Amino acid sequence: MQFALLIYHSPEEFAMRNNEYDDPHLGAWRAYYKALVEAGVYVAGDPLEVPETGTTVRLREGKRRVQDGPYADTKEQLAGFIILELPSVDAALEWAVRCPGASLGAVEVRPLAPEAKRRGFTGESKQ
Amino acid sequence: MARESYGRLVAYLSVHTHDLASAEDALSEALVAALTTWPRDGVPQNPEAWLLTAARRSFIDVIRHHQVVLASEPTLQFLKEGSTEAAVPTTFQDERLKLLFVCAHPAIDPAMHTPLMLQAVLGLDAARIAQAFLIAPKTMGQRLFRAKAKIRSGGIPFEIPQEHDLPERLAAVLEAIYAAFGLGWDDMVGADQRGRDLAEEAIWLARVLLQLMPNEAEVQGLLSLMLHCEARRLARRGPDGRYVPLSAQDPKQWSLPLIEEAERHLAEAFKRGRSGRFQLEAAIQSVHAERARTGFTDWAAIALFYEKLIRISPALGVRVGYAAAVAEANGPEAGLSVLDAIVHEAVSNYQPYWAVRAHLLQSLGKTPEASDAYDRAIGLAEDPAVRQFLLQKRG
Repeated sequence: MQFALLIYHSPEEFAMRNNEYDDPHLGAWRAYYKALVEAGVYVAGDPLEVPETGTTVRLREGKRRVQDGPYADTKEQLAGFIILELPSVDAALEWAVRCPGASLGAVEVRPLAPEAKRRGFTGESKQ
Repeated sequence: MARESYGRLVAYLSVHTHDLASAEDALSEALVAALTTWPRDGVPQNPEAWLLTAARRSFIDVIRHHQVVLASEPTLQFLKEGSTEAAVPTTFQDERLKLLFVCAHPAIDPAMHTPLMLQAVLGLDAARIAQAFLIAPKTMGQRLFRAKAKIRSGGIPFEIPQEHDLPERLAAVLEAIYAAFGLGWDDMVGADQRGRDLAEEAIWLARVLLQLMPNEAEVQGLLSLMLHCEARRLARRGPDGRYVPLSAQDPKQWSLPLIEEAERHLAEAFKRGRSGRFQLEAAIQSVHAERARTGFTDWAAIALFYEKLIRISPALGVRVGYAAAVAEANGPEAGLSVLDAIVHEAVSNYQPYWAVRAHLLQSLGKTPEASDAYDRAIGLAEDPAVRQFLLQKRG
């Protein structure tokens, strides 16, 4: 089963982002990714740029609406995602609570739609 | 209501009806009734007996309401007998021991032993239990529901196991209590009130069990173990919230009264001459506690207790603890070879293994390998303070 860990950051945590390689904050994330890979559960994942860099579009009554920033105006914003292959939601929650993002922001665990449903959306042909 | 009464009432009702879920429901109905009646009419002379009578009545209502044959004839008889004021007993048997054995019955998924105990004997709600177990509250509620359905329909006996079954059955009860303590212990290392409460609840359960089974060495061993750990709770964090490992803790911050109580239980347990897992684990903690008096830690003694422990309980955690003790007693090289000898698939996700490994590799000057192991330990850490501690050690 595949699960998405959706990582939400508080503004403070976004502010902690920098690109110094020896930054302890980054070190914790690197270690977390390494543990996921070594455990053989990692499928994919990436951090997202800060929310202010986002642009949201809608099409309503034939009109384009473009908005600066993220879709939802909330304190904690989506900051990244990780896809994991795991036997159960229990195991996914165990990984989620180890995520460095869990102590400052939040990590939502959500199952990916099952394979058959996914094909309905993506149109990949059945084998 | 005191948790003492809650557990006694649920136990008494469920032992006589073999229906834990309905016993809990009936008692909560009775508690609701008490909330409206007592402030108006005054607290009854014997509140427990009042609650028991009210619970029996509401139990009968539940059975009538469902219009199904939920209850056997003896059950109905039991409920009816005690549902009138005249029949109120002044005292009733403490049946919590039977309830503890039901909660940790081998026919019930071992993962549910502790949640059942926390709910049935202590009255914790599913949402609270779910937090500690890191499970969605709805899921925990469903699992508890299923386990109780199994208790009702699976013919699980509400009784104290026979002599020949007792050691194994008691081990399951102790295991479940210790698991509750572990949840309170690991979660947020003392920073979280929720976790602290759970450790206290576990100690309380062990005290109840000891009161009900005063001659069991392992019950005393478990209580001693938990009290030793509890004695060091405050010392595990620096004033700034930083994580302080056991070897760096200031013994002046340990609780002497708790250590003394732990030592007393351990000495009494040893006198019974039946060694066991929890007594050995308590003995290891007892050696650590000695540092408060002597100023040093006898690692050779700790390694020896671990060797005995491995013979009866070769769990991963025990073997990692043994490696750490051997390293302290005989040098990092010796500790590392103990770690290397562990062949266990769970190693890749077991945080303490990587933390010990990293420390030993670092002591041997193997910097790249140490960094690698530190990364694994950091990546698997849940507590941000532990993560920070390891990040600093890795450098």
